[in-house]
Amino acid sequence: MIVLEKRPQPSKAWSYATPLVAVVATMIFGGVLFAILGKNPIEAIGTIFWEPLFGEFAFYYRPQLLVKGAPLVLIAIGLSLGFRAGIWNIGAEGQYIMGAIFGAGAGLAFYPLEAWYIFPIMVIAGAFGGWLWAMIPAFLKVRFGTNEILVSLMLVYVAEQMLASVSLGLLKNPEGFGFPGSRNLQSYDSAHNAELIAGSGMHWGVVTALIAVIFAYILLNRHMLGFHIRLTGEAPRAAKFAGVNPARLILFCLGLSGALAGLAGMFEVSGPSGVVSIDFNVGYGFTAIIVAFLGRLHPVGILLAGGLMALTYIGGEIAQSQLGLPAAAIQVFQGMLLFFLLAFDLLTNYRIRAARSEVA
Amino acid sequence: MKFTSLLTSAAIALGLATGAVAQDKTKVGFVYVGPIGDGGWTYEHNKGRLAVEEHFGDKVETVFVESVPEGPDAERVMTQMALDGADLIFTTSFGYMDPTINVAKKFPDVKFEHATGYKTAPNVSVYSARFYEGRAVQGHIAGNMTESNIIGYIGSYPIPEVIRGINSAYIHAKKVNPDVEFKIVWAYTWFDPAKEADAATVLIEQGADVILQHTDSTAPQAAAQEAGNVVTFGQASDMSEYAPFPRVSSIIDDWAPYYIARTQAVMDGTWETANTWDGIREGMVAIGEISDAVPANVKEEALALKAAMAAGEYHPFTGPLKKQDGSDWLAEGEVADDGTLAGMNFYVEGLEGDIPQ
Amino acid sequence: MDLGEINPVLLIASLMVAATPLLLAAIGELVVEKAGVLNLGVEGMMIVGAISGFSISVETGSPYLGFVAAAVGGAVLSLLFVLLTQVALANQVASGLALTLFGLGFSALMGQGYVGVKPPSMGEIHIPVISDIPVIGPILFQHDPILYVGIGLTAAVWATLKYTRVGLILRAVGENHDAAHALGYKVIKIRILAILFGGACAGLGGAYISLIRVPQWTEGMTAGVGWIALALVVFASWKPWRALLGAYLFGGITVLQLNLQAAGVAIPVEYLAMSPYIITILVLVILSADKSSAPASLGRIFHASH
Repeated sequence: MIVLEKRPQPSKAWSYATPLVAVVATMIFGGVLFAILGKNPIEAIGTIFWEPLFGEFAFYYRPQLLVKGAPLVLIAIGLSLGFRAGIWNIGAEGQYIMGAIFGAGAGLAFYPLEAWYIFPIMVIAGAFGGWLWAMIPAFLKVRFGTNEILVSLMLVYVAEQMLASVSLGLLKNPEGFGFPGSRNLQSYDSAHNAELIAGSGMHWGVVTALIAVIFAYILLNRHMLGFHIRLTGEAPRAAKFAGVNPARLILFCLGLSGALAGLAGMFEVSGPSGVVSIDFNVGYGFTAIIVAFLGRLHPVGILLAGGLMALTYIGGEIAQSQLGLPAAAIQVFQGMLLFFLLAFDLLTNYRIRAARSEVA
Repeated sequence: MKFTSLLTSAAIALGLATGAVAQDKTKVGFVYVGPIGDGGWTYEHNKGRLAVEEHFGDKVETVFVESVPEGPDAERVMTQMALDGADLIFTTSFGYMDPTINVAKKFPDVKFEHATGYKTAPNVSVYSARFYEGRAVQGHIAGNMTESNIIGYIGSYPIPEVIRGINSAYIHAKKVNPDVEFKIVWAYTWFDPAKEADAATVLIEQGADVILQHTDSTAPQAAAQEAGNVVTFGQASDMSEYAPFPRVSSIIDDWAPYYIARTQAVMDGTWETANTWDGIREGMVAIGEISDAVPANVKEEALALKAAMAAGEYHPFTGPLKKQDGSDWLAEGEVADDGTLAGMNFYVEGLEGDIPQ
Repeated sequence: MDLGEINPVLLIASLMVAATPLLLAAIGELVVEKAGVLNLGVEGMMIVGAISGFSISVETGSPYLGFVAAAVGGAVLSLLFVLLTQVALANQVASGLALTLFGLGFSALMGQGYVGVKPPSMGEIHIPVISDIPVIGPILFQHDPILYVGIGLTAAVWATLKYTRVGLILRAVGENHDAAHALGYKVIKIRILAILFGGACAGLGGAYISLIRVPQWTEGMTAGVGWIALALVVFASWKPWRALLGAYLFGGITVLQLNLQAAGVAIPVEYLAMSPYIITILVLVILSADKSSAPASLGRIFHASH
């Protein structure tokens, strides 16, 4: 009989090795899936993992990894702080939308004025929009004890309706012949979140995501507040004795994750996307939850997890177009990758032993 | 799922990996906003792609990516197709407009075709279909078929495309039935079959006995069938599984002729930027078979209307027409210009309610 | 605008239909959470149930077999969640989200051949005399059988949790798994059964959409119902009858807003469209006076180390 034995300390070696083992396992099972679908498995997997990083056109895909990964990392960093403290913001998608609406709205209010201060105002407005949207569940939780999971999730749907509404009304491009969607911020210089170095994929959102990673790392390891966050999550009773103010912690964690999600939305709408439209949001807020957990709620882990998710998206698109794989197969493949990453984490914390059957 | 034998795949894996693609093939890319299994918009575009493959056989290679979100993802997918050597790329959603223009700038030798937009460039054409011509036929049949004089209309979002359809259907229903009233429900979603079913049920409960829909699922058809005496029309695809009743006819998007013609133009080197807005005449909009549930004389009139539009003798927006607020729009005999139609954001006289803004 | 055009009897009858998939999925998840497990993969299990039910009922011509297949399909998918969270002791939130991603993709692959196919119809139960009673008849006695299954299931879960030993053990496991383990209950086994039950219910809910409410198969057709069902469990504060009430309330507001639109009420449509969510939040705030809280072990990993 096989038993699991909890390790006194999580294994360092395994914590580095499990992601690799998981990726290999995904390649094997994914390969079988692709073979069943009648595709060459080696070619398919090569396309997904190799092509974006080292293929013929890697010069284009590598910067794209930053563009795709940055919002995921930025949102996930914010979420991870709350998750560590047991505060569940699963409405980042809504905060992301509101950040985009506020940010773009602030910029478009100045149109066609060109001035240096417009972009900073948009950044603040974007962060404020996300923060505001996250403060609703935070306030209701502190004041009435309502469940933040439910409220933040419901607010995603409300934000989606708002997005549709402003795309069709308030922010609609007056020169767009009545079609929905705002002016394109890419062609409004003062509001454009352009690449800092052309062709590098580096825009302000990427920079902010990297800063957020460093900030979160320092906060968690060097700062009292970070200690309180960790303590609340790991030992709520001890936290109480340590004098942690739960209400303040809730407001801080939800507010910060909202602000970061709002920033992500603002950088996306002013840069890679350009327009506020009905279908502006593409699920970054939900994917970021997965990224946060894949990264074990650790800032550096999140950075790597965000990169890995971005890789499977981009590689998946290439595989679709070059090999005719259905989008659904890519989705299943991503699902498998997550399963294996989660499952093999077992080895980090537990030792597997064959044992004589005692009383389990 | 296709359980092709593992052995065959292994054989392919060992030897026959798709190596160099012959250079003389014309490569055509398609970017889809939904899954090809959506049974509506993307499904029909993909049928167009398959028609291109069938028509040209070995001379053409098509590639596609489905469920591509609008924005940077679309831009990346288009770039990737262009990098991989596509000669012609169809981008099939309005939200792909700016990404298409951006990518087209970087690849001046690749031709782009953007559906339903308005921005063109030396290597970007736009194309769209005059669905409102089909709506005119629907309106005619609907006005004749309704006994309660209430026609329900399920809209997705209040955008010009949808508003144009409502106006066209209303004008022609009103022509044959002056007492007709339109009840319009906005679903505020492109795709949510359950909500579409609810919307249809609500309209039926409020007395509508004809349902027109500008959403793609068959949910309203099923709701009508359950109600028993409610007439519907297929949208985007034929939905013939609900014929002959409740589905009495349909509007079908038929992209195949256009896609074949444009691919041919690229092969011949005759491709030029165009702003195409085709309708019944060119075959981009097809009217599905009018079933026997429609009285013979109505069917005859509907077909005559269709024939008149096909011949270019009749335009669904012909004056005298007034706007909802009573102001004059088109004088006697005057025909709406394409610019106004493309950005239509008003109801015609007689329709009730406001367009959500 | 003419509110007189809204027929309250028909409104109630159709909100019951609109609420059923929500209710089925929520009741299943409620049992899962009562056992101390948080499975966020409801949407994924629903959509797999939707295509399992659809394909089997098309192949066999029997909607009843379809519903059985849907329950099996949902349960089989939830088995993956079992492997991850109960065997490999992985984080439940992340596993659930991964399950949804996987389910959406997998269902699309399964459903490739079923687009544009019409499933066999189940029909309504029509009992002479009582189905024809005015007002009450259309509301209570003119529905499809699965709708009654949903209500029956609610009652069964309520009674089981409240009065039976099984319910007591389930709650014990959810409240304090260490204590339950010390008392000799097989925590993992009980949780596995609860998760499978939740998967089967979600599958039924999905099939209700693909076989009765819509009925057709298209990719991603559950369109977020699974998420609402999750919210509903919290809303109901883990009480079965409140889940029923919540499902009807949510379905009711959705149907009502469409009714108001059709009647030409001059409230901007986008506000009507967001009203179900806002009202849910408001009701939640009002209900927050009720301090009955979540199962204490919810979402926590159990490992018998001693």
